[in-house]
Amino acid sequence: MNQMTEVEQKAVEMLNEPKIVARNVQVYYGDTHAIKDVDVDIPAQSVTAFIGPSGCGKSTFLRTLNRMNDTIDICRVEGDILIDGEDVYDPKVDPVQLRAKVGMVFQKPNPFPKSIYDNVAYGPRIHGLSRNKTELDEIVTSSLQKAGLWDEVKDRLDAPGTGLSGGQQQRLCIARAIAVNPEIILMDEPCSALDPIATAKVEELIDELRENYTIVIVTHSMQQAARVSQRTAFFHLGVLVEEGPTEDIFTNPHDKRTQDYITGRFG
Amino acid sequence: MPDHTVTAYDEELTALKSRIAEMGGLAETIVSNSVTALVTQDLTLAQSMIEHDVRLDELQQDVEIKLIEIIARRQPMGSDLREIMAAGRIANDLERVGDLAKNVAKRVIAIDNDLQSKKLSIGVEHIAELALAQLKQVLDAYTKRDAVSARNVRERDSEIDAIYTSLFRELLTYMMEDPRNITQCAHLLFCAKNIERIGDHATNIAENVYWMTTGERLADERPKVDETGVTDKENA
Repeated sequence: MNQMTEVEQKAVEMLNEPKIVARNVQVYYGDTHAIKDVDVDIPAQSVTAFIGPSGCGKSTFLRTLNRMNDTIDICRVEGDILIDGEDVYDPKVDPVQLRAKVGMVFQKPNPFPKSIYDNVAYGPRIHGLSRNKTELDEIVTSSLQKAGLWDEVKDRLDAPGTGLSGGQQQRLCIARAIAVNPEIILMDEPCSALDPIATAKVEELIDELRENYTIVIVTHSMQQAARVSQRTAFFHLGVLVEEGPTEDIFTNPHDKRTQDYITGRFG
Repeated sequence: MPDHTVTAYDEELTALKSRIAEMGGLAETIVSNSVTALVTQDLTLAQSMIEHDVRLDELQQDVEIKLIEIIARRQPMGSDLREIMAAGRIANDLERVGDLAKNVAKRVIAIDNDLQSKKLSIGVEHIAELALAQLKQVLDAYTKRDAVSARNVRERDSEIDAIYTSLFRELLTYMMEDPRNITQCAHLLFCAKNIERIGDHATNIAENVYWMTTGERLADERPKVDETGVTDKENA
């Protein structure tokens, strides 16, 4: 067997290193203890799905990953969340830069009341990612292409983003997230307001984006989690009950609570 | 395990389970009575078992339709998914058990009233008792969701294989003793082989019951004890 050189070994270790590491994470809303002792590793360039009943804390935990909870005054986060080994809650971290690196797509498509072009160009402009109009055009084009929307909108980039269909708006929001060159994309029930065809397009897109991005998706649809993710985490009452390869979670879960939830036995 | 939030889902699963139980009971009856018909040369009983097998085939088709409907309507997950997949496979095995037993019944008619055959068929009766015990235990394991019992069934299959090997030699001896025995012994050899394969189907069912119950596969390959190939050469 070939011996690996030190450099190769290091490269393999880096590849196996999780992109996001959470340890002993607690989230409080005032006196309410919303997330309890969550430990999880999220691998790079893969899709991790968070599932669980309403109010189980899956969205709350998702929002700790790019400090979206900072915007809620009574919310307090404890524990460690590391991205590439760096503490997200380090006082030196600029939340705006963090959110460019860790993009987010929401349940309801929320394009800006601007043109399709400006929706995508907004992020690169404020982050100064382009030196001139040509570069900005390139970013907008490639982001729309990556989001699978280019062919549908290339002739009407000046039309308002809000005039697109729900599914197109959601893909526009994904293009907007991609435009600032993120490494991680968080998706909070991105398909719950979409019809099955638009949902399928977004799911196909998620599968393509996985090559270049680390994706964490919160979904109410277990079938969706089963379809798009490589790993699945089940939350219940603020606790991460079980996390593992998606096929194991859906065919042979180990915890009774997971078993009851995925088979539709939760009272 | 608590019931599903959607009660119709529970009813569908219960209907599926009861179909498998019905198939199991019917398969046992066909095996048991076909062998009795063989030993007692009861042509009427043999004929009636051939007809019983038709019902078993219908039940298997019904199970298949039911499980396709459940998959389409409920998108089963976890233990439900394993339950449904196992039910489909077990129904296939039971349908094959019925076919193999029916073949024994058909041979009763083919052998037809030869006085010699009673003595010769004792060995076949013995292997059938074992196969039937295996089938009965594995069907109980299915009903009770008993993984340990299912594993035991699989481990005991080697006994049937061993008896089949010795029966094969015994029947060869009868054939060599008196060539007039050849026709009956050839039929009995096929009967023994069919029953040995019924044992194999009981093993398949055992593996599925184990997987359905635990989510794990029985990994170890069973030792194969059928040595009739070797015996063949020795006697060639």
